Amino acid sequence: MSAAAMTSLERLQTTMGHQEPDRVPFVISVTMQGARELGLSIQEYYSKAENIVEAQLRMFRKYRHDALNPTFYGALEMEAWGSPTSFRDDGPPNAGPPIVNHFDDIAKLVPPEIGASPRLQEALKAIRLMKSKAGDTIPLLGVVVSPFSAPIMQLGFDLYLQLLFERPELFARLMAVNEEFCVAWANAQLAAGATAIAYVDPASSSTIITREMYLKTGWPVAKRTIARIHGGVATHFASGNCLPILGDVAETGTVAVGVSALEDLATIKAACRGRLTVMGNLNGIAMRHWTPAQAVAEVKTAIAKAGPGGGYVLSDNHGEIPWQVPDEILLTIADAVHTWGRYPLDWIRQEGLA
Amino acid sequence: MERGSEDWVFMAGQQNLVELFEQALLAVDSLEAERLLTAASHAVLPMQLIDEVIAPALERVGEKWERGTAALSQVYMSGRICERLVDKLLPPESPVRTLRPKLAIVVLEDFHFLGKNLVKSALRASGFDPLDWGHATLEELVNRVRTEAIEVLLISTLMLPSALKIKELRAKLDAAGLAVKLVVGGAPFRFDPQLWREVGADACGQNALEAIEIVRGLLKTAENGKAQA
Repeated sequence: MSAAAMTSLERLQTTMGHQEPDRVPFVISVTMQGARELGLSIQEYYSKAENIVEAQLRMFRKYRHDALNPTFYGALEMEAWGSPTSFRDDGPPNAGPPIVNHFDDIAKLVPPEIGASPRLQEALKAIRLMKSKAGDTIPLLGVVVSPFSAPIMQLGFDLYLQLLFERPELFARLMAVNEEFCVAWANAQLAAGATAIAYVDPASSSTIITREMYLKTGWPVAKRTIARIHGGVATHFASGNCLPILGDVAETGTVAVGVSALEDLATIKAACRGRLTVMGNLNGIAMRHWTPAQAVAEVKTAIAKAGPGGGYVLSDNHGEIPWQVPDEILLTIADAVHTWGRYPLDWIRQEGLA
Repeated sequence: MERGSEDWVFMAGQQNLVELFEQALLAVDSLEAERLLTAASHAVLPMQLIDEVIAPALERVGEKWERGTAALSQVYMSGRICERLVDKLLPPESPVRTLRPKLAIVVLEDFHFLGKNLVKSALRASGFDPLDWGHATLEELVNRVRTEAIEVLLISTLMLPSALKIKELRAKLDAAGLAVKLVVGGAPFRFDPQLWREVGADACGQNALEAIEIVRGLLKTAENGKAQA
């Protein structure tokens, strides 16, 4: 196989095998931007699977990146649990008020049936439609909120932390319920045509809990859950730090890790080399103010730090590009990856960045 | 005021006590934290315990968070433990509590309360008495600032669009002639250090302790202004 002829799927598979593909794979997390692409409000955009399919395919061509994102938004899962989503015109849909307001409610929780949720069915329809149009050469990334992080939306963050530290028996019950739902939802997406699953787990990040706590909580949950997902899994910490736990994360069965802009990419890459593919870590919040020259410089810095040897996917650090980021910057980032991401990355040594 | 002999004993063991108390907080061991304070409370006044043990220990936990050696859950649970202990030492109706400046704390637009509650606990553990407005929209905030004569409004946000809404809030407050100070904090402000100026805030607290320092600074400025007048 000629390196120059790689498809997006081959490019990602090669880098995840810790080999250098033809170019640094590039996954830009454009989600709600699809609404802008189709001239719809964000709420209207997410009302129909066909909108997501059309917009994602258009944006795939426009940004020339390497994966389709058929998933709607994080709060979608909470709709299956009975919580309404609140929409806005300038940002991602947000989960409504918590569904668990007292610890006693946890005993009554039952995992929602995937087939009984019209909204989850709409999302699966988007995956099926997208798969039929994209074929087998473009990866489709499904998404689940981890069982350990879902309680941030189910209970609210503070009540969840109280549960974690003060009510271990109820925590175990909540994890059992959430694991059932998460596994079923991930496998339904894979069955519909998703290539791999992003396991979004910010609560396990070292920003939120210590490694000691992670080993007792988020880590065993991830190991149990990922083992039951019938496809490749990439763990994303959604802007949270993870350097202290990378060795443990590698043992959960995940193949890749989405990392924060607040951690040094070279240090992360060194800790992951040969074990985990690194995804990241352009700062989506700061991106609003970048000039085109700055965008190119940021892309080059990231590639210089993490590109050599493969095992790297250039992406943002949160798994979602803010609505306010100008299109010009996203296009500049895309151009920069296509210009500076071609292997072998000789320019890194020539510019003294190695 | 001369110190009594019990004070000197307290001072000698104070450094060790702060360290032990900090360790109890980091381990989220509320029983040990309470035991340590109860033992010390026989020797000194409640306000002295707050100023010389609780506040420094919380400060050290906050410094560890800034250095990346403590996690947000430890900061939050530490604040919560200290808030409970301070409520015992200094009941909410105690005249020793700092009632000025008139503070309110709120989450703008979304339902992510952790940051707000973390700062509220730290403020209460430091003897302040902020009004907790929970979650509010822009319009509600302007009315409440006016009717409740708020001097400092602390706003916590997790989402970037919510943070950007503060700019609109500032404009509405200015249009209404309300000179309330806006202190902001939350994840978007950590990822973009210039964002607080962009939205027209008066200050940004990168953590709960910075928020307390800012409130103390505003209090001092207000008092100096009064003294000069």
